[in-house]
Amino acid sequence: MTTEAVMSPDTSGHFGPFGGRFVPEALMAALDELDAAFRSAKADPVFIAELNDLQVNYTGRPSPITIASRFSEHAGGATILLKREDLNHTGSHKINNVLGQALLTKRMGKSRVIAETGAGQHGVATATAAALLGLECVVYMGEEDTKRQALNVARMELLGAKVIPVTTGSRTLKDAINEAMRDWVANVEDTHYLLGTVAGPAPFPEMVRDFHRIIGDEAREQMLSRFGRLPDVVAACVGGGSNAIGIFTAFIGDTSVRLVGLEAGGDGVETGRHAATITGGAIGVLHGTRSYVLQDDEGQTIESHSISAGLDYPGVGPEHAFLAHIGRAEYRPVTDTQAMEAFRLLCTTEGIIPAIETAHALHGALELGKELGPEAIILVNCSGRGDKDVATAANWFNLMDTKS
Amino acid sequence: MTTIAQAFSKAHSEHRAALIGYLPAGYPSVSGAVDCIAAMVEGGVDIIEIGLPYSDPLMDGITIQEAVQQSLENGTKIADVIATAAKVSELGVATLIMSYWNPIERYGVEKFASELHKAGGVGVITPDLTPEEAHAWVEATDANEIDRVFLVALSSTDERLATVAAATTGFVYAGAVMGVTGARTSLGDAVRQVVTRTREYTELPIAVGLGVSTPEQAHEIAQFADGVIVGSAFINAINSGGPDAARELAQKLRAGVVR
Repeated sequence: MTTEAVMSPDTSGHFGPFGGRFVPEALMAALDELDAAFRSAKADPVFIAELNDLQVNYTGRPSPITIASRFSEHAGGATILLKREDLNHTGSHKINNVLGQALLTKRMGKSRVIAETGAGQHGVATATAAALLGLECVVYMGEEDTKRQALNVARMELLGAKVIPVTTGSRTLKDAINEAMRDWVANVEDTHYLLGTVAGPAPFPEMVRDFHRIIGDEAREQMLSRFGRLPDVVAACVGGGSNAIGIFTAFIGDTSVRLVGLEAGGDGVETGRHAATITGGAIGVLHGTRSYVLQDDEGQTIESHSISAGLDYPGVGPEHAFLAHIGRAEYRPVTDTQAMEAFRLLCTTEGIIPAIETAHALHGALELGKELGPEAIILVNCSGRGDKDVATAANWFNLMDTKS
Repeated sequence: MTTIAQAFSKAHSEHRAALIGYLPAGYPSVSGAVDCIAAMVEGGVDIIEIGLPYSDPLMDGITIQEAVQQSLENGTKIADVIATAAKVSELGVATLIMSYWNPIERYGVEKFASELHKAGGVGVITPDLTPEEAHAWVEATDANEIDRVFLVALSSTDERLATVAAATTGFVYAGAVMGVTGARTSLGDAVRQVVTRTREYTELPIAVGLGVSTPEQAHEIAQFADGVIVGSAFINAINSGGPDAARELAQKLRAGVVR
């Protein structure tokens, strides 16, 4: 089983029964144009060289692997390794995708990018790439999120982007995506929708995956050259699923390597207040793709809940749905409380403040280590740094202290 | 039960375009929607599109977004939508449902088509479903005598016009502007071109919607299209003057669709 054999969608963008395009006809021509531009860019050595140069000299790649020795002591003796995407410029893996898509935007002769953002990480990354490449940038952000993440709003504005608060629907990430799609339909001639995750209509899931697969490609090489073996498990958090697909892809063909996605369990999947789409959702169509969706019996989207704004999304990328469907990857929920305990543990044992999104994967690694024992090596995608989460974390632990 | 073909044929024989009106089920309430639609029909609307309220209406502008959100908050269910279709069908008007795809898929594609048929509905417009993803839908609509209306856009290539026209039954819905639903002050000439281009691929009637709100716009479109679709303007009318305002708008639009 090779990576390519498993992971190539069909010509209309399906991963098995998932994926595809469920969009207004007005967008079909733009998606075809994007698909053609993406395929020609992938085959163009000039484009690849330009992207590589940015990855090395702007983002700071390759990102290192750190052995989390003191953290590992809490994992049944297993060795936990961190792929340090938090050290990238702008502080997360998100930059990998935005640089690729921003270069594609220029290649298509478009002058404006729009993006959705939840916590603001993808918005900040998009604003960064737009500033670097001289593109006009508009970011849609749920009004609730603009209040909770005022600092990131300021960051985007400093970078020259316009942030538009979305006041319709639930005023969160899913509504920001709706609003970005509406903008795109109206302005598709000069505008590229720089989607931030491996969801949405084809070719977005495949394209965003390909811009992020450098994470796993690097990590696999680093494992072999430095550790002389592959890890037993690769673990990553999954909201839409971009960082997870980025690190999983290189290992898909390595059947000895378990791939584990950690979803946001919120207050617990059994409470209904969660964002664990594969664990607790059902197959449906949302935002242009067929995948697992949090929905009621009549197909209305149910709002997700998570302490992590970056995982707080009621859908998930179709390739993850497919990997779950064929049993190649497994998906487990991690509650807010479990994630925050792992968050604090990494801070105090390794001197690394992770993003709360990443903390879900860290909790998963602790559990897996206990299950597998001292011989196991678990590679965790340390997808982002937690500077943005300091206020949330301070609030969380203060609340915990007053309660106890 | 009036079919889509019958409604267009009647309008054609009267030397005018058909007038198609949209209102979401459950807005302003389940029974209020039926009253408003009855007034629209009295005012001269030939074909009714009943909107199935959905949580993520990404093709809709603010007017319809707010109306469907209100409808969902009122607790409107798919059973209410089908019951609304039954009542509207009894008015003697061709009755369609306009729905995003996920609610139909979740409800059950075959179940939805057969229940709509039993209720007297004759067609469904699916704004986020393209023919490429519609295999199950084609089977279910064929089996239940439901017309399936797909959309063409100003940006559609000739290849896509051919694909959409081949998959569509009833009529082809041509989007007048690049964008979402909602009243516009001016419509470009581009929609005339897309209607002309679409005619090369189909004998079906072609109706124009998105952004159409005034009798003047309706008149302009009636000169080159077979139907004129108005949605947000009816909601705005109902918001300010209830069923009477809807009837009055329908009368004015009906006067506009003459050739």
